[in-house]
Amino acid sequence: MDLATLWFAAVAVLWTGFLLLEGFDFGVAALLPVLGRRPADRHLMLRSIGPLWDGNEVWLITAAGAVFAAFPGWYATWLPALYLPFVLVLFGLIIRAVAFEWRHSHHTEAWDATWTRIITAGSLIAALGVGAALGATTLGLPIDADGNRVGGAFAGLSWAALLGAAAVLGFSLVHGALFLALKVDGDVRLRARAFALRWSPVAALPLLGWAGWVHLRYGTPVTGVLWLIAALAGVVAWARIKVDAEGSAFAAWAVLLVASAATIFGAAYPVVVPSTIDAAFDVTVTDASVSDYTLTVMTWAAAVGLPVVLGYQAWTYWVFRKRLTAEPVHEQPAEAARA
Amino acid sequence: MDVLDVARWQFGITTVYHFLMVPLTIGLGILVVVMHTMWVRTDKPEWLRMTRFWGRIYLINFVLGVATGLVQEFQFGLAWSEYSRFVGDVFGSLLALEALLAFFLESTFLGLWIFGWGRIPKKVHLAALWAAVIGSIVSAYFIIAANSWMQHPVGVEVDDATGRPLQVDFLAVLTNNTALAAFSHAIVAALMVAGALLVGIGLWHLRKRKLAGRSPEDVDHSVWRRSVRLGGYVSLAAFLLTAVTGDWQGKLMYEQQPLKMSSAEALCETEAPASFSIFAFGKFGSNECDDVHSITVPYILSYLAHGDFSTAVPGVNELQEEYAAVYGETYPDDPSFGAKAGEPIDYTPLLAVTYWNFRLMIGMGALSAGVAAYALWSTRKGRVPTSRIGVYGALLAVAAPFVANASGWIFTEMGRQPFVVYPNPDVPVEDQVYFFTAQAVSPGISAAEVWTSLITLTLVYGALAVVELWLIGRFVRRGVTTGDGAPVPGHTPEGGPDDDVPGGSDGRRADDDVLSFAY
Ligand code: HDD
Ligand code: HEM
Ligand code: HEM
Repeated sequence: MDLATLWFAAVAVLWTGFLLLEGFDFGVAALLPVLGRRPADRHLMLRSIGPLWDGNEVWLITAAGAVFAAFPGWYATWLPALYLPFVLVLFGLIIRAVAFEWRHSHHTEAWDATWTRIITAGSLIAALGVGAALGATTLGLPIDADGNRVGGAFAGLSWAALLGAAAVLGFSLVHGALFLALKVDGDVRLRARAFALRWSPVAALPLLGWAGWVHLRYGTPVTGVLWLIAALAGVVAWARIKVDAEGSAFAAWAVLLVASAATIFGAAYPVVVPSTIDAAFDVTVTDASVSDYTLTVMTWAAAVGLPVVLGYQAWTYWVFRKRLTAEPVHEQPAEAARA
Repeated sequence: MDVLDVARWQFGITTVYHFLMVPLTIGLGILVVVMHTMWVRTDKPEWLRMTRFWGRIYLINFVLGVATGLVQEFQFGLAWSEYSRFVGDVFGSLLALEALLAFFLESTFLGLWIFGWGRIPKKVHLAALWAAVIGSIVSAYFIIAANSWMQHPVGVEVDDATGRPLQVDFLAVLTNNTALAAFSHAIVAALMVAGALLVGIGLWHLRKRKLAGRSPEDVDHSVWRRSVRLGGYVSLAAFLLTAVTGDWQGKLMYEQQPLKMSSAEALCETEAPASFSIFAFGKFGSNECDDVHSITVPYILSYLAHGDFSTAVPGVNELQEEYAAVYGETYPDDPSFGAKAGEPIDYTPLLAVTYWNFRLMIGMGALSAGVAAYALWSTRKGRVPTSRIGVYGALLAVAAPFVANASGWIFTEMGRQPFVVYPNPDVPVEDQVYFFTAQAVSPGISAAEVWTSLITLTLVYGALAVVELWLIGRFVRRGVTTGDGAPVPGHTPEGGPDDDVPGGSDGRRADDDVLSFAY
């Protein structure tokens, strides 16, 4: 495998990692008005993702950074082609980030409710926008021979974009519900389970549809098998949640995403941005990549850096592994602090 | 305005805005981790209260740094795609490494620090903050290395097939002398911001407490006093270091970007020895150097440029001709130059901007250092100043180092125009890598799109600034509260005269206490 292919795989892993991790915090945030009936419930839900969302978001920054670093041709074609959708995603991420911090900085009911709503809105915008951008890209953008978009500001939007948006949102909602079922206790846990049971069959469809479409368009027998694994994982997730096995349901739902993403990236390779104007204008891994020297430098850096990052991120998840309850936090034993 | 102009405004506005949060994150992070370390070592309550009070401000600010940083990461692709294609072999890897090696460290360990109070062992908890702060500094290094490569491209060769730079020496990019100088300058400049904040707010609280007749014996008094002393010393030392590192940058600039230097001085004709301009007047608007006149101090510029009192410093007029002879009188008549194709090239950056921003940077820094000296003097031997002008002046002067930082960047960035990647003069002309700003903008997007994002982002940023300032102001006025003093947040408050926290309506207060530190 040459280095450019290796980096294509690395980029695929980073985007999948982003969707897998940020997916549950998008989902929890989007479910605030649905599962959080009382202020205390919403408080609990926010606490479950509080220490984690920022670290999760860095996966997006790293994924985008890796696209730029390894495939500037991809970065420079993709972003301007979907200029306004990306700006919208940024808008969603900005209001969401500040809302997490500001929500609790002042104590009135109205203030609380406003920022909670903004967290939900920002997360919805970001999830839909990222999905649309990915969906539009895997199935083609109107780009010319130089990789520049032809047509107006909305020329990049297509049915594929809508499908991608629905796929990411659907996945995130159930993923968030399953995360809550695993992470909190009380009413919210029960409601989250019921939500996942009820909606997972529907929520899996756009994702499977998208992956299936990409497979039919460019796929190989291998991606066909991956797609079947994804579909199977969706069924298993549903079956596990039905018997209240939260852990394995969460894992199976994660497999659904990973296998779908593998189908999509695997089928698309070596094209990174297909052109809807002429297949000759497709941007491929080879066209878009940087020199072997630069890829080698980055490979070394990633080989050393990534395991360390994974190590300490896993450790934080472990530190915050305790199931949360709606009990006030000051019930925490004080001994720990003096240890 | 065409796409290029709108995109430049957008980049300038969003980056300067991002850089309002950045120096506070870096500087205050360093000071808070020192406070936290002192608490862990000495167990004195004032260090804990300081950690929690300043830590809270650090966090309110941090999140806005994250939110605006996201925009930065995507901007290069969105509006500057030709730039991204051109520099791809060098530039992207620095951004990706920044994310991998720094942002993960910052965000993960900061989450651990915020939510770790009372949950993880004390020393591990402290180590988490150290990791986050080191993350910020590493982040600054990578991003400045990326920026310095644009100012002074090293470690690359021209690819004959594409005309783009090919990286051949990554170590050279990382150890670029421009980057080492700019990084050390930016870090000490960030410490000035944090120092000024401690001084301004600390003095204000001290005065308020004294006027209200509160005892100088209790813990909160030492919180504010220590803050003022620490901030004052840090500010003064950092100002001296900005001068030292700035002098280093000046010498590099003389070699690497002489036009930036002579524009910063409005020096039209070559002079030996060259004089430093104190105040310039005349018609800056025409950007004709000869229309500008200034009051000067002899010899100083020669010293700034080369370390002696006789070196010749080339003037703007001469350099403009030199550059035109080497890089062309006019932009090539090629569509990739957009509206600029075939137009004459002005190699002189906007004189008024370079000239005044350079002075604003140094002047605001000096002002801030003066305030720090006043604060140290007026609080000597346990005194508390009550002078309205002194204390409110110090509070206002918190803004000065922010302004200095912004003008430093505006000077650096606008001073390199019309190039976005400036030719490295150590390399023979035919092997040089350079790129005009006019070529850098995304060709496929319309001015309407960039206008839309520019207006949206400006409005959102404006609104965020209002809420942020209001929240910080409210928090600062409230002072150190019980929650901020309790060793384990939410535990029995120690009580104290500053405890004027408004009670929560539904008994959520204790819970909120943790979460007011966390979320
Ligand atoms: C001198 C330092 C410096 C400079 C010149 C810049 N930044 Fe920055 N940036 C930081 C120093 C920093 C920081 C101190 O590390 C921040 C500020 C607050 C924070 O969260 O981290 C940050 C945050 C931050 C984030 C969010 C990180 C997160 O989620 O944790 C991104 C994506 C960027 N920046 C990207 C950029 C880009 C692409 C820049 C170039 C135009 C840039 N920054 C200029
Ligand atoms: C790695 C760090 C940075 C990079 C890569 C970078 C890159 C760029 C680029 C590509 C442009 C657009 C081209 C142009 O108009 O000149 C630009 C413009 C600008 N940047 Fe930076 N920049 C960086 C950091 C900063 C910082 C931290 C600031 C200040 C806070 C800043 C201030 C500006 C300003 C004011 C402009 C507008 C210049 C003009 O319109 O002439 N830059 N920069
Ligand atoms: C005291 C004397 C100072 C001198 C001689 C000085 C010198 C310089 C020079 C020459 C540059 C431009 C570098 C280039 O374009 O290559 C610069 C940039 C800058 N200055 Fe200063 N400076 C001083 C004080 C300050 C102060 C007090 C601050 C802020 C508190 C500050 C913040 C900055 C920043 C943020 C930049 C842009 C980033 C960088 O290149 O580091 N400077 N300074």
